[in-house]
Amino acid sequence: MLIFEHSAKGRQTKIQAATGNKMPTDIPVELLREEAPGLPEVSEMQAVRHYTSLSQKNFSIDTHFYPLGSCTMKHNPRVCNSLAMLPGFLSRHPLAPDQNSQGFMACMYELQEMLCDVTGMAGFSLTPMAGAQGEFAGVAMIRAYHDANGDTERKEILVPDAAHGTNPATATMCGFTVKEIPTLPSGDVDVDALKAAVGPQTAGLMLTNPSTLGVFERQIEEIAKLVHDAGGLLYYDGANLNAILGKIRPGDMGFDVIHSNLHKTFSTPHGGGGPGSGAIGVAERLKPFMPLPVVAKTEFEKEGDGYRWLTEKDCPQSIGRMSAFMGNAGVLLRAYIYMRLLGAEGMRRVGEFATLNANYMMAQLKARGFEAAIPDRYASHEFIITLKKQAKELNVSAMDFAKRLLDLGYHAPTTYFPLLIPECLLIEPTESEAKEMLDGFVEALVQIQQEAEADPDMLHNAPYTMPVNRLDEVRAAKQLDLAWSAEKD
Amino acid sequence: MSEIPTNVRYTSSHEWVRLEDDGTVTIGITDHAQDALGDIVFVELPEIDSELSQGAACCVVESVKAASDIYMPISGVVVDTNQVLVDEPEMINSSSYTDGWIFKIKPADEDDIEQLMDASSYEAECDDE
Repeated sequence: MLIFEHSAKGRQTKIQAATGNKMPTDIPVELLREEAPGLPEVSEMQAVRHYTSLSQKNFSIDTHFYPLGSCTMKHNPRVCNSLAMLPGFLSRHPLAPDQNSQGFMACMYELQEMLCDVTGMAGFSLTPMAGAQGEFAGVAMIRAYHDANGDTERKEILVPDAAHGTNPATATMCGFTVKEIPTLPSGDVDVDALKAAVGPQTAGLMLTNPSTLGVFERQIEEIAKLVHDAGGLLYYDGANLNAILGKIRPGDMGFDVIHSNLHKTFSTPHGGGGPGSGAIGVAERLKPFMPLPVVAKTEFEKEGDGYRWLTEKDCPQSIGRMSAFMGNAGVLLRAYIYMRLLGAEGMRRVGEFATLNANYMMAQLKARGFEAAIPDRYASHEFIITLKKQAKELNVSAMDFAKRLLDLGYHAPTTYFPLLIPECLLIEPTESEAKEMLDGFVEALVQIQQEAEADPDMLHNAPYTMPVNRLDEVRAAKQLDLAWSAEKD
Repeated sequence: MSEIPTNVRYTSSHEWVRLEDDGTVTIGITDHAQDALGDIVFVELPEIDSELSQGAACCVVESVKAASDIYMPISGVVVDTNQVLVDEPEMINSSSYTDGWIFKIKPADEDDIEQLMDASSYEAECDDE
């Protein structure tokens, strides 16, 4: 039910309060609207009940296991929230003078430094508002770098076919053409195909490591050398950074520019579209091109020393600004607090337990008859099972399994991605979950398998217990207009 | 089991190719492909007169699951596109080999079609998948 459907003419939130004359008296008549704006008219209690009831329909990390592959839906420690909401942070105005924002800026400076440290990069800019914007900034820097060198014939970005869809989209948005590099059945990039594809037209390669297939790219050093020898740069998509956190660093693998989804790896709340943070790190040679602002530090000696924002004056070659002010400040603070809580030792444990949990689940599912997409290799922090046999023999698809999981109290994993694997579920348990939860999820998949064998039709109509049942996906894709209008068509 | 007619040729990327009497070549995606993609909601047709070589990505088919490139099975020039798909992309689901054709080309070399798979090779390949 929509809030508008609770509406009754003249009903107000403060129903018992004295009403009096509510017409504003000091606004010129010609500026007053002639008709009411068509807002819902409800009591405060109706509004509270309506939105509370909507919130109770949420299927979220706070209520359910949420193994959405490549999204790292880990627990968001509440202490990060509490500290980021201290009044000094919360009430700080983004236009306040630097000398009144030294505490916040110190946090941002240290966040830049910690990110450099844990990724092996030389500089970090926190301003991109999401992963995709971080990608855009990163590839824009690759372009700016080649342009600054007068190297204007580099028009191609190489992208493995296992990549996230944002990679080719980013390259296209930055004016490059995309060349796809195939992946071997082992999950590694086809290096022979890469050799044939690199050349003087190569601006760079965008790589996710571990890849979306949930395996580590073993030939990364050779790949880095191939691309660098051809004069290209290496872009690291940080979507899967959780797998290697504290263990190895993209900078050490040879990457020139990376984005890190702070809302994944560093545990700020996400889902439902944001807010996110796609902070980007660069190697030394890309530092002049970083998007602004970046926090710089001058050791305290005289009045005015301390932390300050670098601007276009300091960095004339910068690709510019990605957001108003300094990015999603609240998200950045939560990531900062999370990193300070973990420390280097904690970050290593994140990588280790994320990987252990994924491999434990993969082993359990294989033992119960499920087919892993890459069965001979260890998984990273996520792994893929393919249900192509079930689709063929039982006419039950990965989507049917995913929908039925909702009935059994689990958020579905990522479905039908990566595109290379038919009928796949991409499962990422994260380090947050206890063994009991992982076991429960395995048992749920086993139960659905038994249901598929006994009564496939039952699965075709799942879910049964959710506020809505099977959605009309064709209509959802075609009729995008969701705006409510007081005037009925 | 998906439908694999014997009067067309096939690619391993699941396009079908039919040589017409007037020397043009009609191209679409196979029943197996439409089944794997699921409900199709959008088709981006190639531009008429564009000259494309074999293997080039020439249009996009978008389903509720994914957006997929369609590749040129053989080199040629695009001479016609199926405008019905603009409003009724689901025609590919219901009639992949007839009303759901996607575009027609004038082939650079008609004999190129002979390199493509026949129905039995394509069937074997689908079984392996």
